[in-house]
Amino acid sequence: MTTRVATASPARLGRGAGTRRPPAGLLLPALLAAAIALLPIAYLLLRTAEAGWPAVWDILARERTVTLVLRSLGLAAAVTGAGAVVGVSLAWLVTRTDLPGRRVWAVLAALPLAMPSFVAAYAWVSVVPGIAGFWGTFLVLTASTYPYVYLPAVAALRGADPALEEVARSLGRGAWATWLTVTTRQVRPAVAAGSLLVALYALSDFGTPSLMRYDIFTRVIHTSYRASFDRTPAAVLSLVLVAITVAITVAESRSRGRAEQARVGSGTARRARVVRLGRATPLGLLLPSAVAAVSLGFPAAVLAHWVVRGQSAGVDWGRLLPAAGATLWVALLGALAATALAIPVGILAARYRGGGTRWIEHATWAGHAVPGIVVALALVFLGIRFAQPIYQRTPLLVFAYAVLFLPIAVASVRAAVAQSPPSLTEVARSLGRSPMQVVREVTLPLAAPGVAAGFALVMLTAMKELPATLLLRPTGMDTLATRLWTETGVGAYAAAAPYAVGLVVLAAVPTFLLSQFAGDDGARVLAADRAAGASPPGGAR
Amino acid sequence: MTLLPRRATAAATALTLATVLAACSATGDDGAPTAGTSPSSPSAGTADDLPTLTIYSGRNENLVGPLLEDLETAVGTDVEVRYAGSSELSAQLLEEGDRTDADLFLSQDAGALGALANAGRFVELPSGVLDRAEPRFRDADGRWVATSARARVLAYDPAQAPEVEGMTSIDELLDERYRGLIGYAPTNASFHTFVTALRVDRGEEGAREWLEAFADLDPQAYEGNNPVLDAVDSGQVAIGLINHYYWYERVAEEGADAVSARIHFLGADDPGALVNVAGVGVLAGSDAEQSALAAVEFLLSEEAQQYFADATAEYPVVDGVTTTVHDLAPLAEGLAIDLNSLDSLAETLALLDEVGLT
Repeated sequence: MTTRVATASPARLGRGAGTRRPPAGLLLPALLAAAIALLPIAYLLLRTAEAGWPAVWDILARERTVTLVLRSLGLAAAVTGAGAVVGVSLAWLVTRTDLPGRRVWAVLAALPLAMPSFVAAYAWVSVVPGIAGFWGTFLVLTASTYPYVYLPAVAALRGADPALEEVARSLGRGAWATWLTVTTRQVRPAVAAGSLLVALYALSDFGTPSLMRYDIFTRVIHTSYRASFDRTPAAVLSLVLVAITVAITVAESRSRGRAEQARVGSGTARRARVVRLGRATPLGLLLPSAVAAVSLGFPAAVLAHWVVRGQSAGVDWGRLLPAAGATLWVALLGALAATALAIPVGILAARYRGGGTRWIEHATWAGHAVPGIVVALALVFLGIRFAQPIYQRTPLLVFAYAVLFLPIAVASVRAAVAQSPPSLTEVARSLGRSPMQVVREVTLPLAAPGVAAGFALVMLTAMKELPATLLLRPTGMDTLATRLWTETGVGAYAAAAPYAVGLVVLAAVPTFLLSQFAGDDGARVLAADRAAGASPPGGAR
Repeated sequence: MTLLPRRATAAATALTLATVLAACSATGDDGAPTAGTSPSSPSAGTADDLPTLTIYSGRNENLVGPLLEDLETAVGTDVEVRYAGSSELSAQLLEEGDRTDADLFLSQDAGALGALANAGRFVELPSGVLDRAEPRFRDADGRWVATSARARVLAYDPAQAPEVEGMTSIDELLDERYRGLIGYAPTNASFHTFVTALRVDRGEEGAREWLEAFADLDPQAYEGNNPVLDAVDSGQVAIGLINHYYWYERVAEEGADAVSARIHFLGADDPGALVNVAGVGVLAGSDAEQSALAAVEFLLSEEAQQYFADATAEYPVVDGVTTTVHDLAPLAEGLAIDLNSLDSLAETLALLDEVGLT
């Protein structure tokens, strides 16, 4: 068994995997995915071009635009930093320590993904009005997005080869120094990809800051629709978000740069040495319980309170069940579409890292911080002109979900592929498999848990989507999110509660599976080992 | 461990986007369970083979759903309704242009109607239909007509500010004791309309003076009228600037005893008592124009006006209809403000931007 140290390999990879031409079977679908992801941006450019440069400059140069861009960036930075710290700490506690009940904590820590941030924000601000403003926004966004870091961090910590840490320790590094120099480096690509999702979520979210009455950039975009019925300022300002997003993703991809492929040899699937918390156990329990209380316990208690209060209480099952069914159906199709598009992009990004493929990956991210309403209007404009037969039908709504959530799936697929040993694909190639056969028989089976995790993540995000669903859904179709919107729109919180509860319960299912996928990583590595030993890699499991 | 992830992946790889799309077109829209929210099945016109009437409603389904079911019976054609926010729907209609399926647009406020009228998206309504509404409740060029009216009011917490009951003018709000204790919804169309009325009534300078003094009192910004009412009801602020029917809805939802907030109508000639409208327009190029016009006529009928007065606690726009349910203060003649001047929003927004109320 050879275990090459991560940092020694990029040069070789750079020449080996990086510069090989990607097979057309991957490149063409990846280009298609990138083109689809760029559609909303094409629309924004069109709207902006109509306005002419002087008008555009007027909009950009407003003092308020500049102030709010900076404020949004500040919020995104704070939420990302806190999300990364919470996510990695929890991941470390449940994977590397003897924390009591860590299997339960492992699931609980993922569950906030199921709680729509606008529901959590409403719960907080209605009970603790004083929390409104920056701190409330920060708290709710951090509590609802840290799982984007937590889940990949758990997978990375479970998948990381403990041998590297043991070597470091045996060479005289202390526990902390080992953590800082070896472990964090092993989990860095996963954490960076998750942090990117957190940052873009914080940049693009409108519901939470507006409920928390914290004025940020997205609010200017919404106000320009609501107040002036003018689509031009919204388009110009959205392009600012696109530029910021591209800058952030390029920075993230640079940060991944050399640290990638944390594991090149097959390694071992042994559990890492368990850190005994000892007297620090109460302290260790404090973090996950505090996080669960803030992100799950409190909003759930407020939801329960809504259910029991008010005269309109009583569940309208005739509406709730069809809405739940429709939610599941469109979110499922949306997740399938997004995952199918993400697979070629993720594999290219992880395995064929040249300039061209890097830009394909960036293209899929570019529109991710644009608010949903803007993407929805772009698809209204394009859909009614070029896809009339599916306009305001399920396929176009599914397409919208794919556009909105493609990056979430790309991040999962890429991380999973990057973590599986490239040597296996090389072996398969040397045994005469074509590049596409290798993708089918080696790369994808190895990355399966990551692909499935991406699928689940898109599905639960799509369930909570509102603005695009409102404009693009088939006439008469309600999802849980649209019913929630209808009921809260007239202040009928008691009537809204069952839909919110339904949404949380439905979203909890993929979230639970996600926490299981993350936990399965050890088994995946084991499979990789067997695959390395057996000749037909596809049949290893 | 289970084989599920592996199988899921195999399935996912087998699926291209095309097959996903094909799968859902094959099952058709009926593949997605519908909530039965549209008053009828979307099958081809049954009644005399009239084309289906498609309504885009910016008004909440809980408020107008039952009325639109009656409308379907009255008009005698199949009706499909799409619900979303008024401003989002107006943006959608502008993007759709003349390709839209929509025949009728119900809007929550005059601003969204004005935007579509100015873009030439509405047909001119026949005078026989327009004349049913009082003159102050219709577009001067006859491109849209109000279906109901709502008044700006002060919501107040009787424990903190019982004196609001005696107020007649918004100027009385400009008092040091209300510092940090007034709630408002700066991004909401209803607040913009109030500010426009203030500008029309007092001139740019007069409006700026009031707004600056108001801004100086550190008023609390909320996302909409309901959150403002929540804040008043919980005692977080003493006074809130809202539309009257939010309070009536709240009382209907929770019972009078559960709502501690009260409302107060200011003097009829005060901008703080501005009357705004919800209304309707018929889209140009509609393939169901006759049905659409019949629908507008129905919305101005005694039956529909009574519905607005009783079910949504709004003011009828047709003479002679009054609520039989709510204890609504009679709607005063009010300010003589042309509702069309209420679409001079750009100036209003610029002013609000300048005084820092956004």
